[in-house]
Amino acid sequence: MRYVNHEAVVKKMNKRLMVNGIFKTIFFAATLFALLVLGVLFYRIISQGVSYLTPEFFQNFGSRVPEKAGIKAALIGSIWLMCVVAPVSIILGVGTAIYLEEYATKNKLNDFIRMNISNLAGVPSVVFGLLGLTIFVRALALGNSILAAGFTMSLLILPVIIVGAQEAIRAVPQDVREASYGMGATKWQTIINIVLPSAIPGILTGAILALSRAVGETAPLVVIGIPVIVHFLPDNLLSQFTALPMQIYDWAKRPQEAFQYVASAGILVLMGFLLIMNSIAIFIRNKFSKRY
Amino acid sequence: MGSSCYSFLAFGKGGFTVGQKAEKLSVQELIQKSSGKKQKKLIEKMIPIILLLIASVSVLTTFGIVGTLIVETVIFFNDVKITDFLFGTEWYPFGNTEQLFGILPLVAGTLKVTGIAVVVAVPFGIASAIFLSEYATDKTRRIIKPILEVLAGVPTIVYGFFALTFVTPLLQQFIPGLKIFNALSPGIVVGVMILPMIASLSEDAMSSVPNSIREGALAMGSTKLEVALRVVLPAALSGIMASVVLAVSRAIGETMIVSLAGGSTPKFDLDVTESIQTMTAYIVQVSSGDAGYGTTIYYSIYAVGFTLFLFTLLMNYLAHVISKKYREEY
Amino acid sequence: MVQSLEKGSVRQIETSSIVYDTQKLNLWYGNHHALKNIDLQIKENEVTAIIGPSGCGKSTYIKTLNRMVELVPTVKTSGEILYRERNIFDANYGVEELRTKVGMVFQKPNPFPKSIYDNIAYGPRIHGIKNKKILDEIVEKSLRGAAIWDEVKDRLTTNAYSLSGGQQQRICIARCLAIEPDVILMDEPTSALDPISTLKVEELIQELKVDYSIIIVTHNMQQAARISDKTAFFLNGEVVEFDKTDVIFSTPEDKRTEDYISGRFG
Repeated sequence: MRYVNHEAVVKKMNKRLMVNGIFKTIFFAATLFALLVLGVLFYRIISQGVSYLTPEFFQNFGSRVPEKAGIKAALIGSIWLMCVVAPVSIILGVGTAIYLEEYATKNKLNDFIRMNISNLAGVPSVVFGLLGLTIFVRALALGNSILAAGFTMSLLILPVIIVGAQEAIRAVPQDVREASYGMGATKWQTIINIVLPSAIPGILTGAILALSRAVGETAPLVVIGIPVIVHFLPDNLLSQFTALPMQIYDWAKRPQEAFQYVASAGILVLMGFLLIMNSIAIFIRNKFSKRY
Repeated sequence: MGSSCYSFLAFGKGGFTVGQKAEKLSVQELIQKSSGKKQKKLIEKMIPIILLLIASVSVLTTFGIVGTLIVETVIFFNDVKITDFLFGTEWYPFGNTEQLFGILPLVAGTLKVTGIAVVVAVPFGIASAIFLSEYATDKTRRIIKPILEVLAGVPTIVYGFFALTFVTPLLQQFIPGLKIFNALSPGIVVGVMILPMIASLSEDAMSSVPNSIREGALAMGSTKLEVALRVVLPAALSGIMASVVLAVSRAIGETMIVSLAGGSTPKFDLDVTESIQTMTAYIVQVSSGDAGYGTTIYYSIYAVGFTLFLFTLLMNYLAHVISKKYREEY
Repeated sequence: MVQSLEKGSVRQIETSSIVYDTQKLNLWYGNHHALKNIDLQIKENEVTAIIGPSGCGKSTYIKTLNRMVELVPTVKTSGEILYRERNIFDANYGVEELRTKVGMVFQKPNPFPKSIYDNIAYGPRIHGIKNKKILDEIVEKSLRGAAIWDEVKDRLTTNAYSLSGGQQQRICIARCLAIEPDVILMDEPTSALDPISTLKVEELIQELKVDYSIIIVTHNMQQAARISDKTAFFLNGEVVEFDKTDVIFSTPEDKRTEDYISGRFG
């Protein structure tokens, strides 16, 4: 007496395999959907924006006339902004990561710090804007300056940098640390001479990816009141400024159709900026990939 | 070899001679002589304190956010009754004679966009995850995953522009009554934005299902589809759910897409073809306008921000609870 | 060879001096009692081998000698270890000071991901020696001391990870020699090496004992018999027997030692 009728199973098998094939195609098509959207998005922006991407576009300030509008102030402003965000967020992020990985024992305070970081990562960027508006712009009276925006953005990407740095530090094998301790090195000497040099490629890769998020982030800048039409270049950290995504936001909102093309050109500049940053990250990752 | 003599240096613990000078050198003595021992001790004591101070910045940030939101929201509630805020179905802050601050229309706007985003992102995201984890060859995966990363790295302002200038006109060809500003177009685009997140986190959850389980099912003659749907998917379910909840949290907090393509007319209804306003878009609208510091409108952005914060906090907590359960499974 | 003659005479005077005097040492990992009432005297310029089956506490013991064991957070100890008549557990005895005097070579070769030169110069540098000429001397002397100078002298700037496993382990030994330690602790230094590299390291140990006191943990009884002067047999966290190596391997007093030596367990 057999419970499994093998002939019937074989007969059904063809159908089951066919269903499998159909679903494989469906799953593949669903995956292609994302790629398709990305393709259309890039095609649209390039085809619209590329004709506006003239040398004048890089030399002009913002303007009410689409043909005269340029991205100079925004591009330089974004670079200034990164000059604040990069050191502040990397110092805070790497310092926190070293503390958590190398010094923190398992106690309630440190558990709280860890939990807090993962919560902070989930806070919407617009809420960070409210924090920046209240603390940096008003309470510390920095105004809508590069410094205020830079601090706000630094806090926004801090959790990402911390988590990336923690992973990089954790990836340094324990036995090299032990070798250093075994030579009579102190903890800090071991961290500075052994752990950090090995972890730096990973830390930098993560940090650059986080920074490229800060480059494209718009909402906090709107909330802290970064102006959109600026006809001068910043000359110090307390200067007013505008940034690439703010400029694009302003152009995108304008009703004249011509500004759509200007906005596309602005997006191309922004994407170019991000592309350069990501290439640096990939370069670092490949160049310094560890050999253990 | 270790004990042989060389013309310029001789062996023996406790000293070796350098060059022509008959000067005796001992590393241990040099170490003893080297200055900076006290300094070293001081550094060792100070560093953990400095690092703890640095680490506390993230805690201060949280306190700063919560404190700011609470303080300013309390001021807002001096002007507006809390029940009117929570249960009011009209949000009309810019009226000259009468201001109405009922949050429900903004919440409705947010939920409409989030709902549409989930409808788009969940099927596509999970299908992509199944494809990547169960069907794709290593080579395909190596091509597709970076593209998904690029998709996740596109700034939201770019998505917003895309929604306004491409998706909305495209949809208008199929839906004649669709307004320029609506919930549908930003909803779909927010869906595209959170899709990579669902795909990649769900793929992680599915890839961490042990291969032995798959092999067990395959060895009994299951097709790959049966393995994927009946074995892997249930085993990875809580991980997938956590990814969806996290993505929902992202969608709720998304700002620029809805600011550009959603409009600024908060309505408490279910219509997705009309102009709406989300909580985030309201904050952007007020802060990019010139609502004076200290007005009720100024404080209202904190009350809305606080509501938004609570929504995302709830979602993140939910995701945390779900994924904690998932970690215990293997 | 005036030097070695000199060394020999010095050695005769010093043979009686004790480097490490362990008294009633107990150690716990959380609730696990890993070392029980250890009493052991280790003498200068000898190779002391510690043998025993896996989990007998031999690695734990050697790591206690330079307090590396404290990297495990749940460790508790009682009793004393006197290093040169000073208790290493004294509150005012810095672990860094101890570890500057006591070098360690680990199971797996663990050079730093730096150049060969920087690996060797690491110890002197962290202890404040910055003079380039002196560092050069130290690097050469240490590499010669570890019998690897001729193999690497032309590529001191290449990454230590480009070397073979056996060469890496000798680099680690050279790194340890660079601070001229008094004692060298070796925790199964050849367990990750091929037989030829093992032979080279064993020869090296024989040469090093002229200048250094060496304590070596090994799971390989033949190795202990080949290279050590004294052997301690550990079992379940206790010292079963400690004597001259030839005594342990020919006429052990304890039945358990005999069983282990003859391969009946472990």
